[in-house]
Amino acid sequence: MLLNQFLFLSAVLFCCGIYGVLARKNGVLVLMSVELILNAVNLNLVAFGTYNHTVAGQVFALFVIAIAAAEVGVGLAIVLLIFRNRRSVDLTEADLMKG
Amino acid sequence: MLENAWVIPAIPIASFFLILFFGKRFPSKGASIGVLALCACFVLSLATAYQWVQREGTLPVEHAPAAGHAAEKTDDHAAEKTDDHAAEADEHAEEADEHAEDNGAPGTTAAVNDEDVAHDEEAVQGEPEGELKRAPVVNSVRWFEIGGIEVEAGILIDGLSVALLVVVSTISLLVHLFSTEYLRDDRRKTHYFAALSLFTSGMFILVTSSNTLQMLFGWELMGLCSFMLIGHWWEDKENSSAALKAFFTTRTGDIGLLVGVSMLFFIAGNTFDVGTINANALAGRIDEGLLTVAACALLVAVIGKSAQFPLHTWLPDAMAGPTPVSALIHAATMVVAGVFLIARLYGVFWHGFDLGAGDGYSPVAMVGGVTVIIAALLAFVQADIKKVLAYSTVSQLGYMVMALGVGAWTAGVFHLFTHAFFKACLFLGAGSVAHSGSHHSFDMKADMGGLKKHMPITYATFVIASLALAGIPPLAGFWSKDEILVGASANGYPLFLWVGVIGAFMTAAYMTRCVYLTFHGEPRGAAAHHHPHESPWPITVPLVVLAALSVVAGLLNAVAFDIDLFADWFEPQFVSNVVTHHGFDGKLALLGTTAGVLGIVTSGLYYFRNFGPRRVTERSAVARAGYTFLANKYYLDRLYTDGVVGGIKGPLARLAYWINQNVIDGIVNGAGALAGVLGRFSYNVIDQRVIDGAVNGAGVSAEAGGSALRTIQTGRVQQYAAVLFGAVVVFAVALWQFT
Repeated sequence: MLLNQFLFLSAVLFCCGIYGVLARKNGVLVLMSVELILNAVNLNLVAFGTYNHTVAGQVFALFVIAIAAAEVGVGLAIVLLIFRNRRSVDLTEADLMKG
Repeated sequence: MLENAWVIPAIPIASFFLILFFGKRFPSKGASIGVLALCACFVLSLATAYQWVQREGTLPVEHAPAAGHAAEKTDDHAAEKTDDHAAEADEHAEEADEHAEDNGAPGTTAAVNDEDVAHDEEAVQGEPEGELKRAPVVNSVRWFEIGGIEVEAGILIDGLSVALLVVVSTISLLVHLFSTEYLRDDRRKTHYFAALSLFTSGMFILVTSSNTLQMLFGWELMGLCSFMLIGHWWEDKENSSAALKAFFTTRTGDIGLLVGVSMLFFIAGNTFDVGTINANALAGRIDEGLLTVAACALLVAVIGKSAQFPLHTWLPDAMAGPTPVSALIHAATMVVAGVFLIARLYGVFWHGFDLGAGDGYSPVAMVGGVTVIIAALLAFVQADIKKVLAYSTVSQLGYMVMALGVGAWTAGVFHLFTHAFFKACLFLGAGSVAHSGSHHSFDMKADMGGLKKHMPITYATFVIASLALAGIPPLAGFWSKDEILVGASANGYPLFLWVGVIGAFMTAAYMTRCVYLTFHGEPRGAAAHHHPHESPWPITVPLVVLAALSVVAGLLNAVAFDIDLFADWFEPQFVSNVVTHHGFDGKLALLGTTAGVLGIVTSGLYYFRNFGPRRVTERSAVARAGYTFLANKYYLDRLYTDGVVGGIKGPLARLAYWINQNVIDGIVNGAGALAGVLGRFSYNVIDQRVIDGAVNGAGVSAEAGGSALRTIQTGRVQQYAAVLFGAVVVFAVALWQFT
């Protein structure tokens, strides 16, 4: 089995995720991009786990999935509230913390 | 018990704190704690005395200096040398003996038998050779160390301490018991009993201490407590001034003690230890001149504490305190401390004043002799029963000091022992009279008289004690007074023999006057109007016990019957080495007794039989002048307050004013000006520039930093994420590059 194919896929996914997080204005899309990043990481964990003949990678991936579910729940709730208040999910407008 | 006698002073101290902190919660206001503590002390003292008497004698008595005396008169210098050598030899023998004692001292029983045999042979010619004295018990711990000198705190139990322990604990216990009734409803009962306990412990500390520093401690403790107790009813100005007077007058003497103790420390070889000081003094290892100066300083302390002429004036005023306190101060503690000091450091006095010389004069005896006469004279003109007894005490203390001054150690301490019982009895009797007979008045002329039939127990005990004081055989006072007379006569001090005889006559006379005015004749004042009655048992029991002791205490050393238990038990070895004992002298006993009887008869005829001239003071100018002179107490108080105090007060006040105006005000003003300059400097330079600069600078820099940093705080989440990501990339590259 070639490890680098998985790693390459994972890197592509990660880069997509980073782009989404940094460049998109839509809050929901940013959250989705975060999921992409996490899944890239999961792919890495499982790939290395299998490569090294250990289940630790899969165990960690499971953890990450569980925590990602929680994170997206909270994140979506925040986005929902922002939408209710402003009728928009544009992150560039949500700059109340500006110094 | 002998090694652990330190518990005897410890118990009253504990009781002092208990009474002070918890006394108020008891129904008796703490009195029961004091009485119980003293009961314990009494029992322990008796146990100590019993063990002491049971202790086997191990130290031989050697009359080395006695042999030196004959030579001393012919050639002083040579005699001194022989003395030194002989005494040093003594010292070695003593040390060897002490070692022997440590090893169990075999063969002492044989020595005791020897003593008995020898005793029968020569009862008159002093102590038989080969007599063995009990070795003192010393038990001490390190107190502190300063400059390489170790100071110990501990107990020294020898005959003298044992005798004093018994006397002090007996009297103090009875006084405590008496006080429970006498001060039944006193508003400061708790403080009274606390102070009484502390007072007793002060005396215990003094008599058991093994070094002079500790003695000083007990001595001052008593001074403080006497101040508290004399001024117990301080609401009256008179009482608090009496307390102050007692305190200051004894303090005057205490300076002597401080000087004496410090001098002895240096001249006796850097030691406070009593045993070492005495041994060194008697062995002649201390410079004669310095020793004399130290002894003079100590004599000043004795004059102050034991109320000897000319510092006796505080004692009669000390009558302002409650009567049981007077009994305690006069019989067992405080004033006895001075006599005890001479007896304890007898080596210093013996060698410092050369008491063994027998040249008819010694400063100690002179002080005592003068006090005997002047105090007895004053006792005649007092209307206050307690003041009569107070002057009587002063006079009797004079006897003790005189006895010690003529080299009759045992006689002096024996008189202390017997005097404690009958004087305590007299004081408590006076207290009983005031408590139940004369409605708290002590004025014999205004408020007493005819109390005999109302107060039979008080009367009987008072008369017994008076007879004992007057030296009527076979009561206690006779034996001790007789021994003093014998000592004065046989040791070569004929002047003081006559002082003693005249003193005995006057003592008997003023006591008869006192008994007559109090108990006989027509009731006057309060005694007539206030239904006198006998006192309750807490008052009469101590009276009866003390009267009984006044009868039998003298038999301890009834030399006429060949009993010298007192000398055998209580005379320490270092004293036995130097003093000579004299047997019973029938002529002197007759002389002393005649003087006493004559005193009683003269005074009795005058008062009871209305015999002799009346109203002398109104008819004769000389008698009136004499009376005025005595009534004004030789103008000594006037001299002290106007002459000494006034003479010092004015210049001192002017000096103090000058110092105040020039030195202190100068310092204060200078300090003010300096503070102004410093303040201005600190405002202008330090505060305005340095501190404000620092504070403002901190503010300005914080503001500048903030406004610089706020530009990067955009509030845009994605920018933050970009920075975060960029930072992670940088770290990742760094990690990759540098590992």
